[in-house]
Amino acid sequence: MTATQETQHSQAMTPLAAGFHDPVHDAQACFRAVMNAMARPGTRQSLDTAGLKPPAPLTPVAAALALTLFDYDTPVWLDKPLMTSEAVKAFLRFHTGAPIVSEPVEAAFALVANPGQMIPLASFNQGSAEYPDRSATVILLGQDFAAAQTATPAVTLTGPGIQDSTTFPVGPVPPVFWEQVTANSRQFPRGIDLIFAGTAGIAALPRSTRILPTEV
Amino acid sequence: MTDTAQIPDSVHEQGEYNFAYLDEQTKRMIRRAILKGIAIPGYQVPFASREMPMPYGWGTGGVQVTAAILGKSDCLKMIDQGSDDTTNAVSLRGFFEKTAGVRTTCETAEATIIQTRHRIPEKTLREDQILVFQVPIPEPLRYLEPRETETRKMHALEDYGLMHVKLYEDIAKNGHIATTYAYPVKVNDRYVMDPSPTPKFDNPKIDRMAALQLYGAGREKRIYAIPPYTKVKSLDFEDYPFEIQQFDKPCGLCGAENVYLDEVILDDKGGRMFVCSDSDYCEERRADGHLGPMAADPAAARVGNTKTGETVR
Repeated sequence: MTATQETQHSQAMTPLAAGFHDPVHDAQACFRAVMNAMARPGTRQSLDTAGLKPPAPLTPVAAALALTLFDYDTPVWLDKPLMTSEAVKAFLRFHTGAPIVSEPVEAAFALVANPGQMIPLASFNQGSAEYPDRSATVILLGQDFAAAQTATPAVTLTGPGIQDSTTFPVGPVPPVFWEQVTANSRQFPRGIDLIFAGTAGIAALPRSTRILPTEV
Repeated sequence: MTDTAQIPDSVHEQGEYNFAYLDEQTKRMIRRAILKGIAIPGYQVPFASREMPMPYGWGTGGVQVTAAILGKSDCLKMIDQGSDDTTNAVSLRGFFEKTAGVRTTCETAEATIIQTRHRIPEKTLREDQILVFQVPIPEPLRYLEPRETETRKMHALEDYGLMHVKLYEDIAKNGHIATTYAYPVKVNDRYVMDPSPTPKFDNPKIDRMAALQLYGAGREKRIYAIPPYTKVKSLDFEDYPFEIQQFDKPCGLCGAENVYLDEVILDDKGGRMFVCSDSDYCEERRADGHLGPMAADPAAARVGNTKTGETVR
């Protein structure tokens, strides 16, 4: 066996990262975290990834979300760092069976590994006035909920799921992100929903949440 | 040796059903619908409702929602018209005991998920609780406009004039708004929603409730939701404001006032009593020593043990 053949052989034999250890209960626990996050916008919900070791740049929390929510019914769009990783695509294809699409507007879910360079939210499916539920859910990876470490100032949120108002420190996000989110919530009931995936927790921002102007 | 004898014991130990009956793909589909429902409060999300091992009208929508959110550490309470011990509640509780093996309870405070048919518990719900409604007809405009294509357009255009005409006609005919259950509400100033056939007595509880509310309609294949602390307004007119039912007597058994009461017929000579529709609330009050005017009545004592009361409409 030559050296080249050996390399090819070892590449083909790279073991596929495992999915949930307990697919039923791990998915349920992850879903409850997502549901609570969606029902209480801006709150951080802790999420135990149960030893998931997905190929980088896919993070364990994002992998848990994918295993919980994706299947053959949900076309998935990946941003450039994820799309260029064959290991990530193989992981998603094997464990979820979700078709990976190249056009953002066709996707039910989008995974964004590099939020700083994210394409505009308007590029995704916004749903229609008659079927607003058909819009995309965008998942931002590598988010940090600790206020001191984020570059962008915390925004103030109000709307369904929030008693009065709440501050939401999160980052990194693209430069004009909050303007986009404001425009997104203004077109309610159409619009996309956002899930922020951190290292051990998630938060969500459904389209119903309004962003209050930040006091300087 | 028979065929069955060759199946290893470990297979039998796994039980006959997947956890909470539904397969995982169905749960994912329902979960995605729930998330969209929460993101668009009051909007009815279409979902691929499955055939369940119970007839339509038995709560197949609520059962599917509960099965999709239920975890092994949850504690489930099932109520039917406020009562824990009527047929629907007993059989659905048994369904989840058998297929999910979760802890069940009759106590409102102990439950993490409460599935209900047509009532909201009297006790104020907390943030960590989830209320799942069984819904027969989710579309509030359905009796006014039978075409789904039209009602969908009306929701899209926020065209709810027809609903106000219906309430106006109530006033024109009866002198007051005669709708007493499934009273339409407007959620978050946008969607008109049917809060399922709960008595309008419960409508104020829906407004800014701390618990998440999920609504499931199995036959009509719709899921909708109200997130916690969401503004929910019962439709009315400035000169005919929304009012809830008033009862002139307290509960016959526990003496509770400002609760929803069921009429119970005691004999064929016109004897009757009114008791709490929320059986857990009534029992807890009696355990605390509260006694109603008919608590000592021998006929009432029988009613208190096996309640079969139907909601008065």
